[in-house]
Amino acid sequence: MAKNTLSSRFRKVDIDEYDENKFVDEHHDEAPDQHGPDAVEVDNLIRQGDMMAAFHIALRSPPNSKNPVVKERALAVVLRVLTSFKSSDIEPAVKSLDRNGVDLLMKYIYRGFERPSENSSAILLQWHEKAFAVGGLGSIVRVLTARKTV
Amino acid sequence: AAVSNSSLTSCFTMNEIALSPNNHEVHIYKKGGNNWTKIHVLKEHNGQVTGIDWAPESNRIVTCGTDRNAYVWTLKGDAWKPTLVILRINRAARCVKWSPKENKFAVGSGSRLISVCYFEQDNDWWVCKHIKKPIRSTILCLDWHPNNVLLAAGSCDFKCRIFSAYIKEVEEKPAPTAWGSKMPFGEVMFESSGTAGWVHGVCFSESGNRVAWASHDSTVAVAEGGKSAVITSLTTETLPLLCLTFITENSLVAAGHDCYPALFVYDAGKGTITFGGKLDVPKQSAQKGLTARERFQNLDKKATSETKEAVLESLHKNSISQLSVLEGGKAKCTKFSTTGMDGGMAIWDVKTLEASMKDLKIV
Repeated sequence: MAKNTLSSRFRKVDIDEYDENKFVDEHHDEAPDQHGPDAVEVDNLIRQGDMMAAFHIALRSPPNSKNPVVKERALAVVLRVLTSFKSSDIEPAVKSLDRNGVDLLMKYIYRGFERPSENSSAILLQWHEKAFAVGGLGSIVRVLTARKTV
Repeated sequence: AAVSNSSLTSCFTMNEIALSPNNHEVHIYKKGGNNWTKIHVLKEHNGQVTGIDWAPESNRIVTCGTDRNAYVWTLKGDAWKPTLVILRINRAARCVKWSPKENKFAVGSGSRLISVCYFEQDNDWWVCKHIKKPIRSTILCLDWHPNNVLLAAGSCDFKCRIFSAYIKEVEEKPAPTAWGSKMPFGEVMFESSGTAGWVHGVCFSESGNRVAWASHDSTVAVAEGGKSAVITSLTTETLPLLCLTFITENSLVAAGHDCYPALFVYDAGKGTITFGGKLDVPKQSAQKGLTARERFQNLDKKATSETKEAVLESLHKNSISQLSVLEGGKAKCTKFSTTGMDGGMAIWDVKTLEASMKDLKIV
């Protein structure tokens, strides 16, 4: 049986690192490091029943670090708020957002779709319907083209 | 066949179009009365033709393609004769534009650079210089500033940039502009920020003081030259726009994957771009009545009992890939054309549009 007796270590070299034309993604971190919404604060508001406030706080400072742990935590907080909403309250909540807010909400909705839990998809679809009514296809396109993901 | 590229021109005495039906050829049609007849077929490219531009003054056509070449075509008697231009690129050419004075042309390519070509009298051939830094991906679109030196380029690296394409062999040093006064070849006079997505279309206003671009993140933006450029952008609820042009110093017409041209208005004072309206208002087709059974079936299948069929009501039945000003220039455009992936080309009359749409105001 033929056996490769030559070293194949060269296959582990990342040749793209040596390409002087390599695309280096510059992430201009103009904004100060944001770590996502405060889970405790949001939890308190949910318990008090102030869903609108919880909603706004959850969407207020999206994490802009690349740290997956930070992102997971922020996603969990936002999904908790979204799944705790009553169907009838969804539309006014979406209407209270500005253009950027709707785009951000849409990003979280699609992240939420990625890993469905018990009843999350059903309520997320309702959120999607209302957000789409305001943001249109453009907001979905921006989920796909965003350089900064949530 | 889908018309992926075309260049329309109204030459001195004729009405002719050069277009490529999404293959290796360029077809030239002449207008006679209400009919268009094909009068020439230009065959030289070995790959799909990706860009065509017709220089009206010197009556030359430049084409570029996926075969990594560009040809300059001149009319010799009854036929168009090609001259090969070596672009020195190792990827497909994507777009080409003659400069205003028609003594240069620029080609954007997948080689992540722009080839600025000019004619060298001594050697009797076209040579080119490359603009490389800091381009990091394919150049999708180009537009020249009226001063014949500055060149706007939209790229897949998410940026719209203005470069100097000054060629000392063919021109004098340019006078200062809103984008700066020192313009050595390759200098970056402006680089966009604030929009994401590939830049599909770019356009200078008639004065050259403003540049607009359309990005794949469904945004349209305008930058105003000055000590520091002011960028204004609009996020839209529509699919991405692929092409745009100024029709006055403040108004833009843009079109793309939604298959209709739309008006956008830039207000420098307020720092805003606003959607000015769809320019393609389809005639209302008669609504068929639905039986109760059909309504129920729709509800069951599509969760809606509406009668909306999946038929595009716009004139173009597929994405609009190119917009060209035909008459009036970019400051007082009276006619523009759209070509689409549906193989169709339409000519739009601005006065007629203004008259037929009550809230449409072109400023």
